[in-house]
Amino acid sequence: MIEIKDLHKSYQMGSNSLHVLKGINFSVKEGELVSIMGSSGSGKSTFLNILGMLDEADKGAYFLDNIPIKDLNEKIAARYRNKFLGFIFQSFNLITYKNAIDNVAMPLYYQGIKRRERTEKALHYLEKVGLADWATHLPNELSGGQKQRVAIARALASEPKVLLADEPTGALDTKTSYEVMELIQGINDEGKTILIVTHEEDIAHMTKRIVNLKDGVIIDDTIVEQVRATANV
Amino acid sequence: MFNRDRWIEILEALNSNKMRTLLTAFGVFWGITILVLLLALTNGLKNGVSADFGNFATNSMFMWSRRTSIPYKGLPKGRRFDFKLEDVQLLKEKIPALKYISPRNQLGGYNGANNVTRKAKTGAFSIYGDYPEFIKQKPMDITEGRYLNYSDIHDNRKVAVIGIDVVKGLFDKNEKIIGSYIKVNGVNFMVIGTFRISNGKGDREEDANSIFVPFTAFSQAFNRADNVGWMAITAYDDVSITKIKPQIFDIIKSQRKIHPKDDRAVGHFDLAKQFAKITGLFGILTVVGYFVGSLVLLSGVIGISNIMLIVVKERTKEIGVRRALGASPLNIKAQILQESLLLTILSGLVGVSFAAFVIWIMNYVLDLSGPVENFANPSVSMTTVITALVILIVSGLLAGLIPATRAVQMKPIDALRIE
Repeated sequence: MIEIKDLHKSYQMGSNSLHVLKGINFSVKEGELVSIMGSSGSGKSTFLNILGMLDEADKGAYFLDNIPIKDLNEKIAARYRNKFLGFIFQSFNLITYKNAIDNVAMPLYYQGIKRRERTEKALHYLEKVGLADWATHLPNELSGGQKQRVAIARALASEPKVLLADEPTGALDTKTSYEVMELIQGINDEGKTILIVTHEEDIAHMTKRIVNLKDGVIIDDTIVEQVRATANV
Repeated sequence: MFNRDRWIEILEALNSNKMRTLLTAFGVFWGITILVLLLALTNGLKNGVSADFGNFATNSMFMWSRRTSIPYKGLPKGRRFDFKLEDVQLLKEKIPALKYISPRNQLGGYNGANNVTRKAKTGAFSIYGDYPEFIKQKPMDITEGRYLNYSDIHDNRKVAVIGIDVVKGLFDKNEKIIGSYIKVNGVNFMVIGTFRISNGKGDREEDANSIFVPFTAFSQAFNRADNVGWMAITAYDDVSITKIKPQIFDIIKSQRKIHPKDDRAVGHFDLAKQFAKITGLFGILTVVGYFVGSLVLLSGVIGISNIMLIVVKERTKEIGVRRALGASPLNIKAQILQESLLLTILSGLVGVSFAAFVIWIMNYVLDLSGPVENFANPSVSMTTVITALVILIVSGLLAGLIPATRAVQMKPIDALRIE
């Protein structure tokens, strides 16, 4: 599903250049649930941004579902993001003046899908995350966990190939975190490929594979025994 | 552009901060109101002054004879001369662009000695020997009876059409006017009509003290032979009288044996030129109206631009999220542009309506208070309204341009990082 070869990225900070990613080789097969760990400054966010086509690598190859991702202009990047990727953010990033169902329908809007079909699909995914009853509520009427579940529904709505989650539980308490992870595990069980950036060990162990980044290189990549989130609740 | 979902998006965005939207809209509302009102007031002034000009056919000139100033063909300078009826005929033949030529002779004058009597009453009035065309050059309301016609001319009928002040001076109230006789310098004329000239210039009073009689009867009664003292000449609308007047002078000069360079011999007043001056003045006033109005509108537009910049800044993160979810830069740009366009046009339309309401009130008050000097019927034409709308649309687009560009300048990744 994802093929990365010798990925380099550096940032220009004034006069000195900061080499953030120093040759990453990485691949993910379909249906994997991978967590990317690392201390701050390890380059994990940059890595996720490149995976998410929000940023471009200086060097190296990136294939997503055998499609080479390079030399993207903003228009094509937007289309690829919409088609291939679902984003889940730490701070949910729901649009405050839109209710839950409209938030979920947003990626579909940018796909040019008709309103009725959009609403139908959005409702389906809200049901999937257990929030069908909250469809017409605004984000500020929802709890943190509910917001993140709406965000997950939104990420799923465009039926992407890969879900990218940047610290999805970072803003949630432990109990809610586990609930969210349970949902993510469930989605993965259905075959969706999911990448999670986290710095929490317990969250990482709920995935099937942990990749450790340090100073811009992968220092460790192990398949782990998945801990089911339900067991912890 | 006409995507329903896009509009819903926009309305949602505008609705999310009603107070700010309202205040922003006020700038443009005010600007367009001022613009339309200024143009309406200019128009009112123009209408008022044009009315003062009288409704004399504007493509006209008046011409009269004076003394020659250059000796010519053995004739001395300082010679008096008169136009002849044959000159009128010749002008008509040689210059087909002339619509009307009314020769006229005049007797007495405004504020002159008493020259008209009726029974025991006397008065001093201006007596004009005129042709029937004259009423087409200087429209007047015939309040009773009729104006002169060609039968009067051909039959040398001694008939008269008299102004309202003549009626007041010579007749008692409720006296029968039509068919009665007045004596002009000892010659009896039968009154066949009375007239009133609305919207006179300063000479309203002079007009009201006028008596029109057939040119031929006048010449016969007062021994003018075929002499003509004065002419009112009107050209067809597609030719300016100012352009053909040299031709007229040339013909007259050769007819009357006047030196070709003797410009002082023939006096004239070019109404078309004067009118063009006034029209030009109002043209400039209109431009000033547009200019000032547009400047006021501009500050409103800058207000919108400013607010949209703030909106874009505030929504940086939202824009980042949208782009992460697949919005192309064009999507974002179009949305910001449409937001500012909608805001501008809506507030502009309200402004135009409000201005129309104010204009209506002005007209209503004017109607109540009666005519005001130099000001009448302030109004704007549909063209002006459409122009104003075009200005609005353009300025709406301009207002949105910078914010829209700003909105997509930031990379989505940076936008998402903003807290």
